[in-house]
Amino acid sequence: MTTIRIPTPLRAYTGGQSEVPVNGLTVSEAIIDLTVRHPAIKPHILQENGELRPFVNLFKGDENINGLQGLKTPLLEADKLMLIPSIAGG
Amino acid sequence: MTTELSHEEILRYSRHLLIPEVGLEGQKKLKASSALIIGTGGLGSPVALYLAAAGIGRLGLVDFDTVDESNLQRQIIHGTATVGKLKVESAKARLNDLNPDIQVDAYNEPFTSENAMRIAADYDILIDGTDNFATRYLTNDDSVFRGKPNVYGSIFRFDGQASVFDARTGPCYRCLFPEPPPPGLVPSCAEGGVLGVLPGTIGTIQATEALKVLLGIGSPLIGKLLLYNALDMSFDFVNLRKNPKCRVCGPDADIKELIDYEEFCGVPGRDHDEGSAGANWDIDARQLASRLALPDAPLLLDVREPHELEISWLPNAVNIPLGTLAAHLSELDSAREMVVFCKGGTRSARALELLVSAGFKKVKNLHGGINSWAQTVDKNLPIY
Repeated sequence: MTTIRIPTPLRAYTGGQSEVPVNGLTVSEAIIDLTVRHPAIKPHILQENGELRPFVNLFKGDENINGLQGLKTPLLEADKLMLIPSIAGG
Repeated sequence: MTTELSHEEILRYSRHLLIPEVGLEGQKKLKASSALIIGTGGLGSPVALYLAAAGIGRLGLVDFDTVDESNLQRQIIHGTATVGKLKVESAKARLNDLNPDIQVDAYNEPFTSENAMRIAADYDILIDGTDNFATRYLTNDDSVFRGKPNVYGSIFRFDGQASVFDARTGPCYRCLFPEPPPPGLVPSCAEGGVLGVLPGTIGTIQATEALKVLLGIGSPLIGKLLLYNALDMSFDFVNLRKNPKCRVCGPDADIKELIDYEEFCGVPGRDHDEGSAGANWDIDARQLASRLALPDAPLLLDVREPHELEISWLPNAVNIPLGTLAAHLSELDSAREMVVFCKGGTRSARALELLVSAGFKKVKNLHGGINSWAQTVDKNLPIY
């Protein structure tokens, strides 16, 4: 299973979990699996057309999926995904 | 101002002069350099203190707020004696005491599209220590237009981010975050809270990066984003690349002037500002008190987090935290009048939008939240 790291602001929607194990051969499948496991997170990360919201970034390892193959980026079991949200506190 | 160092300055900076990477030449560079610090809050406090101590010749401070008691848990440049005073003046006095040899320029005004270019014109580097998206986008775009580095830091609860955005050699903030989130989706520190020492960690990283950039030493965080989590004590780095579609620094950039996001963004411009759902939906604390004294009192819906109820609570209120409200709508009676509240009115405004879109019609938002109730109706309740 791949894991998705959840940042603090979004943990309210994953029952407090900081990492969620997900199934999927692509980033898209992994994200869909995350939203099935934790439906409340969906509107915070996905647009209605299924694309990531523009203020949410998803990294595979240390690379932004936008610079890879986007949601079609293939995943291996050992891959780690990380959601990076916009935060503005100062 | 001469860039030669006086004997007093040589003594003051002797620990810098002993480091070969800084030395006398580096210290003179710092004396000849300038930095604009936007925001003198949690991040701006350590940034300004360390840059002043390090001997940056001229520091600009931009803020339009006054020091509030609730700032002192993290904004260590201010003190109890300066509560109620302008933040820029409070900070300037502290910096002058720390290092009388440097010049401190205070800008007691909000950073806007009108004045950002003027204020930033005379500084070598911009440091983003603001608490809202609107100013972050202004700072970024300004730095791109001027070809200056933007030392970025941002915090929330236990999470921090830091980077150096320099569109001349790397990505800018918009390459990563093309546009701000819609109103209410991302809570501010005033709503969500922040560990007091967190801005210390991120702010000192910003100060470090600013010194490295000004000295031209080491590898600054250009093209890298630092992600810090205080609970896990984890420091992660991810690569940032220039976004070919970036609207401000990409080849087809269409943003050519500064944009004020304040209204669109809906994020409070100051960390104790609170939003509202609009006058039509609002009820103030005194009105609510008289309604509660009558028969058929409305249901009170408290959308704060359970741990906030330990600070203050209203009798008979039902607690459903905003994050779980969507899943609990069926438990609420849409035929009954309802008044929604939170700490200051922002989360309850979001709750109201959710309720209205789900068909609830008899709903009101307690303007100013339970803090307003504590201020005007029940003075035994604490304000937080």
